[in-house]
Order: sequence, then structure tokens, then C-alpha cells
Amino acid sequence: MTKSFRIALAGNPNTGKSTLFNLLTGLKQHTGNWAGKTVDLKAGTFTFKTNQYEMIDLPGTYSLFSNSKDEEIARDYIVFEKPDVTLVVLDATALERNMNLALQVMEITDRLIICINLIDEAEKMGIKINEKVLMKRLGVPVIKISARNKSGIPMLLDTIDRVVTGAIQCTPYQMTYDEETEKKIALLLPTVEKISGNKFPARWLSLRLLDGDTNLLQQIQQKITIMEG
Amino acid sequence: MMTESKKIKLFNGKKGDFIRLTHLDIDGVMRRRLLDLGFVPGAVVEVLRKSPLGDPIAFRVSQTSIALRKEESLRIEGELINP
Repeated sequence: MTKSFRIALAGNPNTGKSTLFNLLTGLKQHTGNWAGKTVDLKAGTFTFKTNQYEMIDLPGTYSLFSNSKDEEIARDYIVFEKPDVTLVVLDATALERNMNLALQVMEITDRLIICINLIDEAEKMGIKINEKVLMKRLGVPVIKISARNKSGIPMLLDTIDRVVTGAIQCTPYQMTYDEETEKKIALLLPTVEKISGNKFPARWLSLRLLDGDTNLLQQIQQKITIMEG
Repeated sequence: MMTESKKIKLFNGKKGDFIRLTHLDIDGVMRRRLLDLGFVPGAVVEVLRKSPLGDPIAFRVSQTSIALRKEESLRIEGELINP
């Protein structure tokens, strides 16, 4: 039986996201349009084992705090469209700066895979990455690939398959904030959980409340009204 | 006295200086943006080069070069940690 899953591709600009997208989807690409949004995102399909996958190439961003339209699009897709798995593509030669986005995605969803791309470049520069240690610390699968040299792709596909079918359960590491912030989160959490249920990540929402992101809160309110109406 | 003199605004850094950030006197979206780009307290920033008129200034921060305007670099403070 063929099942269909959606994969979102997130990552900083210039991490080879599109190279990976093109490699996996080949010529089976189209421009998708999402309800209520005048946003065009590149989407493509491929099959692996018996499953059909739709892959969505999100705009390259450093963050998901909606400093810009691109960040808002990427964030909204992960929060509201709830892909079956989100691939966060990181640049192996600049892991420190790329980790910011990965940690943010980990606060939103527990269905993600970290893809360390440009691993060939990094090795040339003498950078060694121990993905097993990263995997243990982050609580999510970490796969080293080179989209350009097509290395690591079978492993990646196999991991995607195992995450969407539930064979792998991720327990993403959650950032601990300073004492004051954590106290406020604890205060908000029960109420937020009551409203958001399992539709939206409650801890992440509480943090956005503390941020004062009113725009996002209005959107959530609309979504909840639609769902209940 | 010595520790006092090591305090420096990013704007006043000279080419080749290494500065460990301590404080950003900026709020809102711009603060968020700078944090996302790696200007976080504790990070070490290198002054790469200054424009002919001293504004903007290019910095090396978490493995990338980023140029900041005077408006921002005047409001980011750190300690000079040159060898």
C-alpha cells in the first residue's frame, strides 16, 4: 500500500538545500500554493520503498522569528502545515552559526532530521564531525551528506522512512532558558496547553507569548477558531 | 583600572582587534536579528576592516563576515582580548 508523506526542507541560505531538493525530486517539481497564503513554495515528489513523498523547499533563513517575510513563511509552514518530517540542512563548515536554526526547529517539532551537508568541503578544511555525539546530545537523527557528491543519500532516505513510519522516535533537546524565563514559562504552560491542545507546541507558544509576538498569536487564534468552527 | 580600559564598543575596535561581546544595547527586531547572526554575549568578534569613512565596519562572527552600521556597532559592547 502506498502512503504519502510530506517533507519540509529548512536551512540557512547557501547550505545546499536546493541541491539536495533537486537531487531527490529530479524533474518532478512544481510550484505549490497554500490556502490563505499568496506564497509560492517549490515542491517536488519522489518515491522511496513503497512510499510517496512530497518535498517542500522552504526559504533559506537564519532563524524562525519572523524578522522577515521569508522567516515567517518557513515558520508558518512548520507550525501550521505540520510536515511529517522536517529536514534541517546545516553547513558542515559553519555548524556553530547553523545550530541556531536547528535548535529553533527542535522547539517546534519532534519530527525532524538534521542533515549535515557539504561534509566533503568540511573534511577538506580538516573539520571532523562526530555525528554520533551530536545525535546523542540533540536527541534527533543526524546524517552527514554531500548533496553535490551524492554521498550519504541512501542513509538519509532510510532515516526519513524510519521517522515517518514511527520506527524512530525523536526526543529533541530543549533549550533551557534563564531562571526568570523558565518560571514564566511554567506559569503560562498550563493555560497554553489547555488552548493549544496537541495542535501546537505549547512550550514554544509560551515563549512566543513572552516575546510579545502578537502577529503570530492572532494567526493561532484564527486557526483554532477555524478548527473548532 | 586595567579591566576598565579593556571595555570597548564594537564601533571603536581597530582592524585586527578581537572583542568578546558582553552587552547589546539594542531592542526589538534588530536585537533578534543580531543575535541570529551570532552577535551574542560571550561570542568573540574580530574586526576585519573599516570603510574609508569608518562606517560601516566588517566583523568576523561565527565563521562569517558581517558588516554593521555605526548605529548598531556603537551599541554593542565587549572586552578587548587581544593577545
